[in-house]
Amino acid sequence: MKDLERARWRCRRGLLELDIVLQRFMDEHYAHLDKTELRQFEMLLDFPDNDLWEMIVLRKDTEDRNLQSVLHLLQTI
Amino acid sequence: MAIARRKFDAVIVGAGGAGMRAALQLSEAGLKVAVLSKVFPTRSHTVAAQGGIAAALGNVTEDNWHWHMYDTVKGSDYLGDQDAIEFMCRQASEVVYELEHFGMPFDRLENGKIYQRPFGGQSQNFGGAQATRSCAAADRTGHAMLHTLYQRNVRANTQFFIEWMGLDLIRDEEGEVSGITALDIETGEVMALQAKATLFATGGGARIFSASTNAFINTGDGLAMAARAGIPLEDMEFWQFHPTGVYGVGVLISEAVRGEGGYLLNKNGERFMERYAPHAKDLASRDVVSRALTTEIKEGRGCGRDGDHLLLKLDHLGADIIKMRLPGIREIAMKFANADPILEPIPVAPTAHYMMGGIPTNYYGQVVAPYKTGPEEVVQGFYAVGECACVSVHGGNRLGTNSLLDIVVFGRAAGNQIIKDLKKNPHHKQLSADATDKALTRLARLDGQNNGESVAQVGDALRKTMQAHCGVFRFADMLKQGVGKMSEIAERAKHTGIKDKSRVFNTARVEALELDNLVEVAVATMVSAEARTESRGAHARDDFPQRDDDKWLKHTLYFSEDQRLDYKPVRLKPLTVESFPPKPRTY
Repeated sequence: MKDLERARWRCRRGLLELDIVLQRFMDEHYAHLDKTELRQFEMLLDFPDNDLWEMIVLRKDTEDRNLQSVLHLLQTI
Repeated sequence: MAIARRKFDAVIVGAGGAGMRAALQLSEAGLKVAVLSKVFPTRSHTVAAQGGIAAALGNVTEDNWHWHMYDTVKGSDYLGDQDAIEFMCRQASEVVYELEHFGMPFDRLENGKIYQRPFGGQSQNFGGAQATRSCAAADRTGHAMLHTLYQRNVRANTQFFIEWMGLDLIRDEEGEVSGITALDIETGEVMALQAKATLFATGGGARIFSASTNAFINTGDGLAMAARAGIPLEDMEFWQFHPTGVYGVGVLISEAVRGEGGYLLNKNGERFMERYAPHAKDLASRDVVSRALTTEIKEGRGCGRDGDHLLLKLDHLGADIIKMRLPGIREIAMKFANADPILEPIPVAPTAHYMMGGIPTNYYGQVVAPYKTGPEEVVQGFYAVGECACVSVHGGNRLGTNSLLDIVVFGRAAGNQIIKDLKKNPHHKQLSADATDKALTRLARLDGQNNGESVAQVGDALRKTMQAHCGVFRFADMLKQGVGKMSEIAERAKHTGIKDKSRVFNTARVEALELDNLVEVAVATMVSAEARTESRGAHARDDFPQRDDDKWLKHTLYFSEDQRLDYKPVRLKPLTVESFPPKPRTY
């Protein structure tokens, strides 16, 4: 129930840069994610703001291969 | 309608640095504390603070809290209250060492002491050489502070209500506060949280401007709740702007770009800063550059369809320099302006950064208002700290690294004051039957409204009006029109409609409620700015370019009910030292 709204709210962050990128992601990609990708997205949202931003702008690598496909969408948005 | 009630010793709204520092003080004293937050605590906007926290530790160069006090008074353009400023600067070292003991990972010197770096506005010997006063944890000081305080609070059994939004203050006929009405975003449930002490730490509200560096959550909720409950808002005309934010989104483009040789252009391709600052040009101070941008836009030389921004050109620096020295800026430009600065200029406009005004308090964190006999009567049961409060330590303008200090000093002080007050008043006050009516009426209005105007549309009009009429450089005619326009927008906001009428995770409803709050903050700002006919600190007027201490060395108080203004004197007398009398402010 209301997964979209729930996800949209969890895209509210402490950093404006993330607010904007995540909002764009919700508008452009969220509806097309499959189950695995939805889980990836949830996992990414659980990262602290600074870590997530550095992963998005490729300043920081993640060893977790499982996150790559959604992270790639965030990096290219 | 009967709604659920719960009782706590203290209810805190907001889980940024200020709210969590206060909560920790209370929970460790054994009190039952609830902290409400719209988002997970470590995602509060404190996380965006990078510069560090000011404290005259003297670890790198000689320093003294009294010098820090002088810088803060001067930075405030003499509008800061000198008792509160002395209190803050004197306690700075102690609160920083306390954070260190809590486990906050400060950068260190080789001798093991906390590393300190210089920052703008910090001086030795009352305006002498540069001081080295900022304590930092890499470029993640806010992040480190939030995580440290959150862990400690969990250990101290602070009860967090995550994804909850405060709706309205519960204030009785005697003017005393006994809790809040709040909304659980997840379930849509509305609850009365009854408390012997209610503390607001809801942060700033710079989302009233279309260009802002603030996160989306910064909608001034605490200020609006206080204003609706009859409490005035202080010094709302004072907002700190940064000259170069990415046009349309407000994300900060740091001064480093202009330092490396980037410069600004208007729609005629003219390097206009040469006219405003023939010598320093694009490297003039923030105030000068911000005002120049606003003047170019006002006089019709702005770029784009709406003529509302300017261009920051870097491509002449060459790809190598941009990639090597400004990689972060290039990332931001490409992501948010869709412009690769190697090939094309970045569209920019001044962006709102920090709110100096707020809910009036004394340096114990108690909310004070002229509601009984004196101008600064304590509002029993109500406290505010951090950006939502106006103590006032920042006065007309805030110094970098003083806001992280503000939140921990006054978060702790408010905690201590609440402990003291609860010993005197150990019982909950009886809630009146209509205690939650204000909030429920607003919700019922939204539920019942059909065919209302969209929240996004009204919000957009609000932000554009504030940016154009009450931005970084202010003009008499624009302010006057702005007051009228904001009244119309406030009226439109009373008739917004949402399609989703359900309870569970109704984010449309939350955004409509946030718009109510933005309206309160925006009207307060516009009305206060229109009335202050001088330039002081961050409030710069075209028609009154000078500071006027004879008429305006006083704090503004704005009352929401009838949009009335009142004023109260600046507290020029410090606690123990001599007062710093107003002098021309030059750097």
